[in-house]
Amino acid sequence: MRPFGYARVTDADSAIAMVQESRDGAFLAGGTTEVDLVRQNVLRPALLVDINDLPLNRVEELPSGGLRIGALARMSDVAQAAGVVERFPMISQALLQGASAQLRNMASMGGNLCQRVRCSYFRDVTSPCNKRDPGSGCAALSGFNRGHAILGTSDKCIATHPSDVAVALVALDAVVHTRGSRGERAIPIDDFFLLPGDTPEQEHPLEHGELITAIEIPATPIAHQSVYLKFRDRESYEFALVSVAAALRVADGVVAEVRLALGGVGTKPWRARRAERSLLGQPAQEASFAKAARQELSMATPRPLNSFKVELAQRAIVRALTTLTNGDAR
Amino acid sequence: MDSHVVAAPEESLDSARTVALNVNGHARELRVEPRVSLLDALREHLGLAGSKKGCDQGTCGACTVWVNGRRVLACLTLAVTCEGREVTTIEGLSADGQLHSMQAAFVAHDAFQCGYCTPGQIMSAVALLAEGHAADDREIAEWMSGNICRCAAYPHIRAAIRDVRDAAGGE
Repeated sequence: MRPFGYARVTDADSAIAMVQESRDGAFLAGGTTEVDLVRQNVLRPALLVDINDLPLNRVEELPSGGLRIGALARMSDVAQAAGVVERFPMISQALLQGASAQLRNMASMGGNLCQRVRCSYFRDVTSPCNKRDPGSGCAALSGFNRGHAILGTSDKCIATHPSDVAVALVALDAVVHTRGSRGERAIPIDDFFLLPGDTPEQEHPLEHGELITAIEIPATPIAHQSVYLKFRDRESYEFALVSVAAALRVADGVVAEVRLALGGVGTKPWRARRAERSLLGQPAQEASFAKAARQELSMATPRPLNSFKVELAQRAIVRALTTLTNGDAR
Repeated sequence: MDSHVVAAPEESLDSARTVALNVNGHARELRVEPRVSLLDALREHLGLAGSKKGCDQGTCGACTVWVNGRRVLACLTLAVTCEGREVTTIEGLSADGQLHSMQAAFVAHDAFQCGYCTPGQIMSAVALLAEGHAADDREIAEWMSGNICRCAAYPHIRAAIRDVRDAAGGE
């Protein structure tokens, strides 16, 4: 591993200033992605500023019915927090289906949003990769792309965003709170994740040295009964081929409210707005679900190795919505 | 802005520094660079070779140790970040020369073949019972999925865990 500097700080302003002053400085939270990628020479920080002592690990139930999750709260703690389990089961389910118990004890929520893609070409420094080395090309386009994205792709990058919990957060219109040299700001989570377009190296709108402080989730009564379904090559400790975060309210047999987001298929956690629009006012039946799923996936740009995801994603959407209408979820 | 410079002025930020660790209840001091993982610090600097280096990329779980009582991966943990925290390794599990009940159960159930993943499996298994996620085999398998056994001793590992769970009158 290349050498780097290290500093441990106890207040946010010092952390922000230190990273800003070091051109190749970065925050260090759980380190589960970062330490790995530094060791593989994919990331080359000059300085890691350890923020684990900052007081940002609370999970706070808001009187409104919402939730405020500190950026340094660990995945394992958030997954079992009473307010999360009761108000937003899809968040708890997504967290518990991600990574392993050890990794969930380490990984922070802010870091989860900032985690890098699992594309093997991104992680292999001998391969071209526009995300790691802008302008070098994309080896995944004609390479082994079975796990890659079919939505939101560009001819520069087709890597999927690997997070599970971010899919639930996108479905719930979460807001990412940050702090930087220009003060604090609140970024709607759908704007936090950028499509690759021509600049896949730019994954989120954070400035250098801007720190995520919290993730806020607005009160969402329909999420009290919600699901996160994940389909993958093995039953545990594996990234999604397709996943679905869903919440649904049916009134008089028709869909009155719905939230739907997909993982494993998009270059960002994918809010299925086409499907949501299609569902509203329709009978809460399998035919409507299938039609909505078809509409969402009509824009898919599959590659030969991942074309199976088009069908799999549609079936997953139908399964999630059926699970909710059958009352099998909690 | 001197307040946030942690290293002494004459000392480069990336050079080795003295790190005070608490390992298995003992205060230990070592000089390491920031890039040294907790796993390498334990194995190479402190002579505690029980924690194993399998993948060195957070995939296999052979390096599982506890930091402040929680199971984590030592290969993805930088040693410097553990200053002021309590580290427990497989060497810290037994007391007074007696095997921990989980160690004894692994022996009794033949829960290993090559034994390389075993220290990580045991550190995970003890933590698993404390976490309360061992109600049935399915739950044990799910919550032990971060520990890979290339010899596939999984049925015996689960049997060992069940034994300790039942002996403790747990769930």
